[in-house]
Amino acid sequence: MLIIKNLHAKVGDKEILKGIDLTINDGEIHALMGTNGAGKSTLSNVIVGNPAYEVTEGSITFNGQDLLAMSTEERAHAGIFMSFQAPIEIPGVSMTNFMRAAVNARREALGKEPLKSTDFLKVMREKRKLVEIDQKLMNRSVNEGFSGGERKRNEIFQMAMLEPSFCILDETDSGLDVDALRIVAEGFNKLRTAETSAIVITHYQRLLDYIRPDFVHVLINGQIVKSGTAELAQQIEEQGFDWIKEELA
Amino acid sequence: MTSELQYIELYNEASDLIKSKSCPVMNTVRDEAFATFQRLGFPSKKVERYRYTDVDAAFAPNYGISLSPLTVKPSAYIYNIQEAPIDVTPYYHRIADHTDAITALNTALVHDALLVYVPKNTRVEDPIVVDNWLRGTAATMMNRRVLIVMEQGADATLIINDHAADKQRFLTTQVIEVFCHDNARLDLYEIEETTPLCSRFSNVYIQEGRDCNVKHNSITLFNGQTRNLCDVYLQGENSEVTLNGCAIATGSQRIDNNTLIRHEVPNCTSDELYKYVVDDKAVGAFAGKILVEKDAQKTSSHETNANLCASSDARMYTQPMLEIYADDVKCAHGSTVGVMDEAALFYMRQRGIPEAEARTLLKNAFMGQVIDQIKYEPLRQRLAVKVEKRFRGELEKCDDCRLCK
Repeated sequence: MLIIKNLHAKVGDKEILKGIDLTINDGEIHALMGTNGAGKSTLSNVIVGNPAYEVTEGSITFNGQDLLAMSTEERAHAGIFMSFQAPIEIPGVSMTNFMRAAVNARREALGKEPLKSTDFLKVMREKRKLVEIDQKLMNRSVNEGFSGGERKRNEIFQMAMLEPSFCILDETDSGLDVDALRIVAEGFNKLRTAETSAIVITHYQRLLDYIRPDFVHVLINGQIVKSGTAELAQQIEEQGFDWIKEELA
Repeated sequence: MTSELQYIELYNEASDLIKSKSCPVMNTVRDEAFATFQRLGFPSKKVERYRYTDVDAAFAPNYGISLSPLTVKPSAYIYNIQEAPIDVTPYYHRIADHTDAITALNTALVHDALLVYVPKNTRVEDPIVVDNWLRGTAATMMNRRVLIVMEQGADATLIINDHAADKQRFLTTQVIEVFCHDNARLDLYEIEETTPLCSRFSNVYIQEGRDCNVKHNSITLFNGQTRNLCDVYLQGENSEVTLNGCAIATGSQRIDNNTLIRHEVPNCTSDELYKYVVDDKAVGAFAGKILVEKDAQKTSSHETNANLCASSDARMYTQPMLEIYADDVKCAHGSTVGVMDEAALFYMRQRGIPEAEARTLLKNAFMGQVIDQIKYEPLRQRLAVKVEKRFRGELEKCDDCRLCK
């Protein structure tokens, strides 16, 4: 479903991605690991269409469509979702209004009628239970005064509301205690269908114990230097990245 | 500095006519005000309080002056000054700044005035509403005068709506004098919803006695060029004043708010919050001074001006000022000018919210803080809807006015 070919991208004048090739089929989970600054978050941001990043070469197709020609919101409507590493606060915009605008924008793009208020609130209630997020957070502004754990849980809640077919979990485990990690990861597992595919970015094996990857890729200096199965993550957890760097040298 | 001439000629030709349509209390101060105007001329940008507005240019076009009588629909508490139930001599042109050229010109040319009078210990439950309709078949100058007298213990909410009913050039000068006697309370809302062809120069002067509470809300939803001045004189202890402002400008609209709060006595509180969203090539200006005089100990004052420049061509000038001569006071002031939060925009777009909608949500959220300050709930709800419509570009004409349809 997602095919990345020879992808180069930069932020400002700095080239971060230096030729990424990656194919992700329906239902596959790909873990992306790598040293800090290797380009993991850049790759995520380029896939979802963050305007701060510039693609200089290469292509991404998503279900046959030229993803790079689509706006950020069109990509979201097509079913792409990113759980942010550091979800930001939006003071003055309530979670409920934010979610309603997002859900109805996607429905409109798919040619569906907007959800009626009562139906929308019912869906909110159901999905909220799934990720065990408190109703009182829904009455607040987006992420305002949320703890780190609540923010991450809120990301998975939004994923539940939007039902994407392709997800990027960008260090969803960072800043989470063991219990919160379990709730978030189990929430994700409950939500995914046989067709849902995902990129899971993490530094630790812990998250991958819950979300089992089909493939693990190691990103160093803007390139995928090694790919393998779940065992590769285990090996990295034990030995770090130096042995891979040595292999390259 | 040439625009004065036509107004000087106008006065020389028409002052007898104006006087014949007016009343003694207004005529008594007229010639002197004209002399003041003649001496001062229109303020140039070198005059501190007019540095952000080109007055001369605004008054340069040839406008016909409207001398039609003020129509006051019979209703409680509102009068044509010529039928005032009280002697207004102690009030008319008493606290208006005699050194301000616009006030002087208004005083010279205005022939009729509106009086809002709330007698002693009268609590008016429903808001008093004044609707101003600018109408004309040619470019027209309107000079408007309002006198608000709140006697001791009086309590009222006054909403003044400004509309332009014809697609015509209008130049408005306005002077409002507000007298709050001891223990009076007034919530005053001024809502401008005119057209890009309108220029407005409004000067509001508010005097408070002891134990008063005045809230002034200045809301500019749609306009051409607007310059609002609001001066507050706190002259009795334990009084409070709140100044709130909501200014939204797009296209080549200009909004200039200039305020002064003068703490003359101890133990008073002032709170000021003005917010602007300027977009396209619009220009916003805010200058607010808090003056705490030597004897005004235990003053508590807070002034904030926060601004959002939604486009790179929009301009915002901000100048919060504190001048303190007392030594036991609690005062804070500050201003911010920011641009659209790109990270928030990206976050919302990633969730599928179209960029235009995301921008609207952010602007609306920014302005929400001022709208939330509106105490009269039906008005707050109505304005919340209007502000959102404004940000969606759906407020090109005043939608609830029958004349526009």
